Parts: sequence; C-alpha cells; structure tokens
Amino acid sequence: MSQRVFIPGDMLAIALGANQLAEAVQSEAEARKIPVQIVRNGSRGMCWAEPLLEVETSKGRVAYGKALTRDVPALFDAGFLTGGAHKKCLGLTEDIPWLANQTRVIFNRCGVIDPLSIAEFETHGGFVGLTKALHLAPAQIIEQILASGLRGRGGAGFPAGIKWQTVAAATGPTKHIVCNADEGDSGTFADRLIMEGDPFRLIEGMVIAGLATGAEHGVIYLRSEYPFAAKILETALRLAEKANWLGEDIQGSGKHFALELFVGAGSYVCGEETALLESLEGKPGIVRSKPPLPALEGLHGEPTVINNVITLCAVPDIITHGGKWHSTIGMERSTGTMPFQLAGNVAKGGLVELPFGATLDVLVNEFGGGTRDGTPVRAVQIGGPLGAYLPPELFGTQTDYEAFTTIGAGIGHGGIVLYGAGVNMREQAAYAFEFCAEESCGKCTPCRIGAVRGMELLEKPTIDHALIDDLCEVMIKGSACAMGAMTPIPVQSAMKYFPEDFSKETG
Amino acid sequence: MVQWNDTQANRLIDQAARDGLVVTGALRRLVDHFGYVDDEAIAPLAKAFSRSKAEIYGVIQYYTDFRDKPPGQHVLRLCQAESCQAVGARELTKAVCEHTGLGLGETSKDKNLTLEAVYCLGLCANGPAAELDGQPLAELDSAQITEILRTVQS
Repeated sequence: MSQRVFIPGDMLAIALGANQLAEAVQSEAEARKIPVQIVRNGSRGMCWAEPLLEVETSKGRVAYGKALTRDVPALFDAGFLTGGAHKKCLGLTEDIPWLANQTRVIFNRCGVIDPLSIAEFETHGGFVGLTKALHLAPAQIIEQILASGLRGRGGAGFPAGIKWQTVAAATGPTKHIVCNADEGDSGTFADRLIMEGDPFRLIEGMVIAGLATGAEHGVIYLRSEYPFAAKILETALRLAEKANWLGEDIQGSGKHFALELFVGAGSYVCGEETALLESLEGKPGIVRSKPPLPALEGLHGEPTVINNVITLCAVPDIITHGGKWHSTIGMERSTGTMPFQLAGNVAKGGLVELPFGATLDVLVNEFGGGTRDGTPVRAVQIGGPLGAYLPPELFGTQTDYEAFTTIGAGIGHGGIVLYGAGVNMREQAAYAFEFCAEESCGKCTPCRIGAVRGMELLEKPTIDHALIDDLCEVMIKGSACAMGAMTPIPVQSAMKYFPEDFSKETG
Repeated sequence: MVQWNDTQANRLIDQAARDGLVVTGALRRLVDHFGYVDDEAIAPLAKAFSRSKAEIYGVIQYYTDFRDKPPGQHVLRLCQAESCQAVGARELTKAVCEHTGLGLGETSKDKNLTLEAVYCLGLCANGPAAELDGQPLAELDSAQITEILRTVQS
C-alpha cells in the first residue's frame, strides 16, 4: 500500500512553495521506487510552519515544518515516510503544543482531511448535523440555534438565532441564505482557511440555515482576492450536488436547496451586508439605508439571512450536539469557540481556535510567541482596519464581546495584528483614514470627505487633537454604515494609548 | 491576455446575459479575457443588461478589479494592508517602485509590467505578501522580489 503524504494545497502553502515541494516528493519517491500518495489537504492553520509536510504513520501523523524542496532528498534519507528524525520534524502533529492547546471545533477537520472528499468528510462527522436537521421542523432547528447563543462571527456579534427567526417568520415565497465570504479585514484568514480546507462544512451549515428559514436558494459571496477558495468551492458545490446534499429532494427528504458561488470584484465595503446585496444584484456596492432589514427585504427585496462563513460553519456541530452543549463553551454571552488569527509582526502566526474568554496575553504571547523581529510587542490591532489599537497594558482583557466593548474595542472577525517596537502609531492612524478614503463607497459625506480631512489633519506638523476628535464625532454619528462610523476607532485608540507618537514632528 | 476585439467582446457579453449573470459577471469575463474593459464595451453592456450607459460606467469605476486600461503583460499586486505593513510592506513597496521606476497603478512604457496595490490577500501571518500574475507570494523581502522581477523583465 502506498504511503500517504499530506502537503497543503492552501493558498499560503502554495505561496511558500508547496506545489514545488509536492513535485519534488513525487519525483524523489519515483526515483527511489517507493509508492506514495500525495494528498493536498487544507492548512492546519499553523502558518508559521507552512509548508507543513505530514506523513501517516502507525503512531499517527508526523509533521515536518517549513519543508522545502531542497530538504526532500534528506527527508527521504532520514526515513520521513515512517516518521524518521530530521531537524524539521515537529513530532506527532496532534501533540504539537501550539495545536494541542487549542479547542478545535469549527476547524476540527481543516488540514486533516482531503477537502474535496465527501467520504472523508463523513468519516470525520460531516453531514451528521444536516442529516439530523432534515428530520426536524424549522422551529426546532431555530430553537437549537437560539439555545446555543451563537453570535455572528463577522464582526457585529448579532445573535444568529434571532436573525433566522425573523427570516423564518417573514412572508414571501422566495427567501435566500447569503454567506458573507468577503473577508476583507487585514489580519483575518479564517474564512479562507475553512473554505479551502473544509468546504463541505460551509455547505452543510448553509443547507441547515435554509431548512430552518424556508429558504431554498443560497449564494456564497466570495472576494476575488481568494481565487484558490473559489476553485475549491466550485468543485465542492458540484460534488455536493452529485451526492444529493444539494439540489432537489436532498437525501430523499423532500427538501430542496440550491447553492451558487458569486465572486466579488475588489471592494472592501461589499463586506457590509447591504452593500454586498447591491453587489450581488450587479450594482456598485453602495450601502442601503436600514430599515428595511435584509432579513425582511434583502436580496431582490426578498427575506434574506446574511451570515459570515464562520457563523454558518459553527451551525452543523450545534445541531449535532445540541444548542445547550454550545452554550456551555465560552464565557457569559460570548458562547462557543472563536477562531482567532494571529498576524503581522508575529513569531508564530496562524489560526488559534479557543473558547471565548481567553486573554489577549495568551493569544499574543503564549500562542503568538511575541514578534517575529524579536522586539517587544508595542501594539496589537484587533478586528481589522476598523478595529482598535491596544497596548500591552490591556492584554489581560478576556476575549468576550462585552469585555471588549468596555475598553472601546471589538473582537470583529477575530484578527489580531501584532506590531513591534518599530511601529509609528501616527502613521497607522493616518493609514486608517487613508484606507477609509480609498474604500469609502461615497454615499455619505462624513465618510467620503471626513476620511480625506482626517488624512490632512494627521499630515500637519502639529496635531490638533480637538479638531480630530470633532471630526471623529461627526464620522461616528453621521456615517451611513460601519466604514465611516468605525474608522475613528483605530485613530482615536492610537491617539489615546500611544500619545507620544502624536506629539513629535512628522518624520 | 488577448488584445481587445469588439466582436469577441460582444460575444462574451451576450453569452453572459444568456447565462443569466448580472452585469458584473459579464465584466469579470471581459477582464479575465482581455485584462480590462474597453470603453467600447459600455454601449453593448448597457443594451444587453437593460441599464443606462452611465450605470454601466458607474459599475466599472466602482470595482477595483474592472480595469479600464490594458495592464502590462505581467501584473504585480503588492499588499498594502496593516498585517503586511507591520512587517515592512511600505519599505518593500518603495523598493519595488524604485527598482521598476513605476508607482502603484502604473504600467511600464514597454507594457511589460503593471504595479497595483491590493488590500489583503489573506496571507497575513506570513507577510509581506504579493501576487504576480495570479501566483501568490509570501514572506517577501526586497532582494527576493527584485530577483523575481528580473525573471519577468528579461
């Protein structure tokens, strides 16, 4: 029997040479007449060790980190196919502390299975939740989601069950499930990893959402910067249709759900749910006024559930194990696990899934290992370009929606970007305005013009604190959506926690 | 990329409309085929999708992916977002601009190379990141990127 070797087909691993590695392993094996079967799995989320090469041994999977093409002959010499010792060997994958100390629920299969094998997906618990849901009444499914306390993982933290309930109660023959996969926040890649590594999980979650709300049509709105995810999702959709997990009369249940993929065209604001709907309708991604809520008048004016990728991916396990199970994980009103993402100037970056409540210190220092360049961590930005900059003094804060609100920050999509000693916080504050100016949809004045005025104010040699605060207040109170209303968060947090960078002359 | 050709473009537009796509779907096919959307496409797009020419123009201008000028033979997109900034994206961008004599959004006179900004490729734990002709790149430094650029410039 041929030996199974795992080399991620994930976009990051490919950026770091995984394709060349796979070719080198294949040809070296052929030259040595050793039969191997290379599986292009997803990423385990250990970005610091990519490309991560794994082999299946009698004791379990053994990992070799940062495996490069030039290491291949030596790896064969070392007998890596049976887990042989080599300086890049990380031991049994499951025992690597960075992974073993996580609580992998949503990401339990990611990097473990062949992402496009329905058989492997099912062996690892896939479609159990959906099979159960096919035999439940819509109200029973919603009851479980409500009981779970699941909140939207896209940023706002809105209870998913309430959203679903609203759509279920809405009248109209046609309803939609829209998955927001426009993961535009810098420092976030959880959606990308799960879509590339376990795409059937998302499909399963979306079908369950359809069953719960009476929607028979779904669409995944994917950003165009993720071409690898697009390719994998396209194939996964076709496979799921063929296996009758999508389409008409799913598994003989008499229930239907059609799902399609829509690729965006490069616009950050399209991650805002109403701009996303406009974009799906072929228009510029300009935000709509709310009300009406998309739950009542969404895509084509019809009732629509819009959930983030991770929210939908959390659903199957809730149905499998029950809402109560989920509600006991995490802390207070932040239930379940959160896939945090460590990025930027970080020694051990990647995806860390933990129950809510873990402190920033645990994430930044224990998992992240501090900065990549070895300087002390000076700041972290949490929740993307619209998230707060926080100093190490606040690293004792627990990751909990409410605890973050009290320090003027948000968890957002769970992205944590580390900055070392070299960061200039004034530059970062100016960038927040610059990004807003670049990405503003232009509909409302506070965002469209405020961003430009803000850039100008931060370019002046002396900082007019009162005027900047005034501008921020106008943007917060007067913007049509979060783009303008939240741009002041990085600006004002930078000024509050790093005042020393705003007193000196511009460099 | 293929040189712009009205007949081919019209065929792609009609096919997209027949396939039930929205206008951005047609624009995507045009960009994938020609690298950009020529002004000549605005009228046929308006007709095929029952929209005004102004609306079509608005859609093209709104989305970054829908270039209105032909790009160079090679396109290098450099990430400008925070995670990459934290590990030297600004310096890397400066080095690339100096090496090529181009600013972001510019194409070389010989139409060989276009530089573009991109805001996040999702490779944030391993920045600075970039993408050359659709190929993702990570953990870049100035020496490496100049070396890569040499391969496309020769």
